[in-house]
Amino acid sequence: MLKLIFRRLLQMLLIMAVVSFILFLVFDSDKFKKQIATAELGGFAVSTLSEEDYQKWLAKKGLDVPFHERYVKWVLDVLRGDFGQSFEKNTSVASLIGERLINTGILAFWVFALMIPLSLTLGVLAGMKEGSFQDRTLSFIAVFTTSIPEIATAIILTVILALGLGWLPTKSAMISGWDWKQLVLPVLTLVVYDFGYVARMTRASMAEVMTSQYIRTAVLKGIPYRRVIMKHALRNALIAPFTIIVLQLNWLLSGVVVVEVFFEYNGFGKLLLEAALFGDVYVIQAATLIAVFVAVLSQIISDVGYTFLNPRIRFS
Amino acid sequence: MSEQVPVLECRNLSVSYFVRAGEIPAVVDFTMKLMPGEAQGIVGESGCGKSTVALAIMNYMGRNGAIVGGQILFEGRDMRTMSDEELRQIRGSKIAMVYQEPMASLNPSMKIGDQLAEVPLFHEGVSEDEAKRRAREMLSNVRLPDPGRIMESYPHQISGGQQQRVVIAMALLSNPKLLLLDEPTTALDVTVEAGIVELIKEISSEFGTSMIYISHNLGLILETCDRITVMYSGEAVEVGDIHTVFNNMRHPYTRGLFNSIPVPGADKNARPLVAIRGQLPLPHERPKGCYFGPRCDYFEAGRCDAGHLPMEEVAPGSNHFVRCVRFAEIDWEALKPKPKEQEPIEPGDVVLRVENLTKHYEVEHTGLLFVSEKRTVKANEKISFRAREAETVAIVGESGCGKSTFAKVLMGLEEASAGRVQLGNLELSKLPVEARDGATISRLQMVFQNPFDTLNPSHTVGAQIARVIKKFGIEKDPERIRERVYELLDTVKLPRDFADRKPRQLSGGQKQRVGIARAFAGDPKMVIADEPVSALDVSVQAAVTGLLMDIQRENRTTLLFISHDLSVVRYLSDRIVVMYLGQIMEKGLTEEIFSPPYHPYTEALLSAVPIADTRVEKRKVVLTGELPSPTDPPKGCPFSTRCPYVIEGLCETTPPPVRSFSDSHTIACHLEEARLTAMEPVIKIDDDPAQAAE
Ligand code: SF4
Ligand code: SF4
Repeated sequence: MLKLIFRRLLQMLLIMAVVSFILFLVFDSDKFKKQIATAELGGFAVSTLSEEDYQKWLAKKGLDVPFHERYVKWVLDVLRGDFGQSFEKNTSVASLIGERLINTGILAFWVFALMIPLSLTLGVLAGMKEGSFQDRTLSFIAVFTTSIPEIATAIILTVILALGLGWLPTKSAMISGWDWKQLVLPVLTLVVYDFGYVARMTRASMAEVMTSQYIRTAVLKGIPYRRVIMKHALRNALIAPFTIIVLQLNWLLSGVVVVEVFFEYNGFGKLLLEAALFGDVYVIQAATLIAVFVAVLSQIISDVGYTFLNPRIRFS
Repeated sequence: MSEQVPVLECRNLSVSYFVRAGEIPAVVDFTMKLMPGEAQGIVGESGCGKSTVALAIMNYMGRNGAIVGGQILFEGRDMRTMSDEELRQIRGSKIAMVYQEPMASLNPSMKIGDQLAEVPLFHEGVSEDEAKRRAREMLSNVRLPDPGRIMESYPHQISGGQQQRVVIAMALLSNPKLLLLDEPTTALDVTVEAGIVELIKEISSEFGTSMIYISHNLGLILETCDRITVMYSGEAVEVGDIHTVFNNMRHPYTRGLFNSIPVPGADKNARPLVAIRGQLPLPHERPKGCYFGPRCDYFEAGRCDAGHLPMEEVAPGSNHFVRCVRFAEIDWEALKPKPKEQEPIEPGDVVLRVENLTKHYEVEHTGLLFVSEKRTVKANEKISFRAREAETVAIVGESGCGKSTFAKVLMGLEEASAGRVQLGNLELSKLPVEARDGATISRLQMVFQNPFDTLNPSHTVGAQIARVIKKFGIEKDPERIRERVYELLDTVKLPRDFADRKPRQLSGGQKQRVGIARAFAGDPKMVIADEPVSALDVSVQAAVTGLLMDIQRENRTTLLFISHDLSVVRYLSDRIVVMYLGQIMEKGLTEEIFSPPYHPYTEALLSAVPIADTRVEKRKVVLTGELPSPTDPPKGCPFSTRCPYVIEGLCETTPPPVRSFSDSHTIACHLEEARLTAMEPVIKIDDDPAQAAE
């Protein structure tokens, strides 16, 4: 097990090195440097800039140094915990990302807090009696909500809850400080989009367990049906969904750009998009590292958890 | 007896499954009466509805099954009218069940102790501690060593035999009135099976539990039951006391079943098996009247197909019932199998030489957190034997004995670690299948256990046989290839129009015939048959083994027959190699293996095989303990952990010497030759005069 984790971490470092190198390489082209200048100084200013002044600007930004030196320096800095400065926002990348990560973390927490109980309960109820009315109803809803794109869900919810009923604010930029009310719409959107997927996985897993021979044994042992479900079926049925849920972490970190942007929620995904549009190299680099890290971490958690939940593997 | 209330009575029970295509009757008009303390056997081939009967008694029919008629009376009360709660209280406390696959029947993520304790906890409302105490006690009652450890284990941490003992313990915990055993030993090795059967017998005599024992194995039923019900295609066709039915059967199907299983005395040359012709009808293809009609030699149009047949008592008060309109007219003595004697085959030169063949695997074993140790599995250790032309050599052994690995090395699917394998004058041990030319491959062919896996589902049977013919370069001309395909179909006794069928349109036995046709397409010198009939029903087995024998006789092929089934092996092989944990324990001519001197393992194996013949008396040798894991075999004699004769201090540490008793017969054992020679025969046939006169 330890060996596996170790191997995963090594893989992670390798991926990080390769990806960051490629990103650096891409952003090192003259075209991109120009783009950064344009974004910062404005198109007109850049076009009138003399070559000498442009070089000075590059020097000020530290972009005149040859590529490999910059890369080495950046790597060394990162190892020391310094992620550099954002070109766009003129703050340290670390504090910028930290702040956004916390925002996304809060979002993810609430999505999980609602989605997990909801989808597990529904999935188990549906899978308990395969082909029953409750099963077919749930399967239909799950397919339905999952197949609507997030953006459409976001719009529909906004129109109904914010514009129509006026219960909630339409945007979640939180300009005048933290406001829980503004969190509701993004969370809802994500839950509606995601719960169907997890619920269907749970349903499939539960349905399979219910037809297994050990459930037959449990029923024919004459223990109450409730206990058959709670004690025998659930534990085995939840192993597969667990893995899937952990992998949703990854999606919540960088896969929800659309929702964050739509609601102007200052999360990690939105930061990533802004940085990409601006050409904010160091922000992109740091964000990428974090995304890779979370991806590998969720992989490890799901592997370890799977092993732990499954005695067949744990003690073999 | 007649005053007693039966524990269980099924009256005209009918069970159906409902699928998209409509209603499929699985059990029709099933009647049975089980008295207290009695053990009833239900036998039949797959699809005859015997397991459905058990589940119907438990009222557990799944989503699409339902009882559509009749009554099931448990202690006089109709179970069909009981509420769910009443049923729950009976299940697991008054009626308990033991299942075919112990591993799948236990919850993989719950400790065994907890699974057991549930029974007293929910049926008797005892405290948790008391429930655990009873569970532990029951584990020792079913002769499990170290109950404390097993209580704390998960199912996969113990062996299959132990798992089945746990399931039995679970069933007995509430002291049930009725125990349903559905093929309880089918998934187990034969020496482990013998232990379980012994246990079941002890239980029934100790607790007076009534039992219904469901099995396809007539020998097992004979060992365990008082009465027997023979089922065919959803109906009971013959019911009676076990000895009556075994000795004086009155239904043509029962007779056919007995003629197709190898019992001692059957011999491939002097007394070959007689298979039942045709095949089991699918439920929706059952004929009108007697379901056995199309396969019965005594079929009489107008009577047998007139309508549904009732069960009739053979003689008033005999308590022996059959479902056959002609049972009284048939001359049962004349129906005894007619020996179609054949000349024994003279073996030719040595074709296969195996010398000190050794195959080791490295497996990486990873512990929970850190340790990853390398272990060596000694799958084959210094295997040596020879096979002659036209000879049948059987390799026998239980799971983990290395017989399948050996076949793989021969076929070139694995490379030997050491030693030599020579086919003719070609060295095969280090010659992987990719490096073998077509001629070599065609000379050495294999018939697999599961014909289903080896046939390509999307090609016709003819195309698959033709492909093999082309690959071996036997014929080039398409016209000639077709001719050859037809010839091969003739050889395996399949109609020629089968060439245009897809594998899924064939039954198990027919697929195996196609498998055989493919193997013999290139006129092989040698055919390895790896459990070729063990996935088939008994009546079909006889036909397939017969076919294999015939083709072998014709082509003078050497047959290497790999099997765990000593009855089949005794019937058809000339020489036998007995393996245990990768090593040869004993080898010799078939008669030499089946009579003393025995290797202690062979002795136990012989004693373990159930024999469906009331004349046979067996000396009981029941092994304790489980098969050791091949990753961790004992140092000295591999059998030393279970051997009843073990010599302490010697057998565990020193590999046994190989003792020769004749040119062909060797035994690897530390026991003195005199001791081995002095062993009593395990199987005695008590020929009563009537049988002997025959
Ligand atoms: S009823 Fe007729 S067909 Fe059926 S078993 Fe008897 S003799 Fe054969
Ligand atoms: S060598 Fe010893 S342990 Fe092995 S079979 Fe002979 S007596 Fe038994």
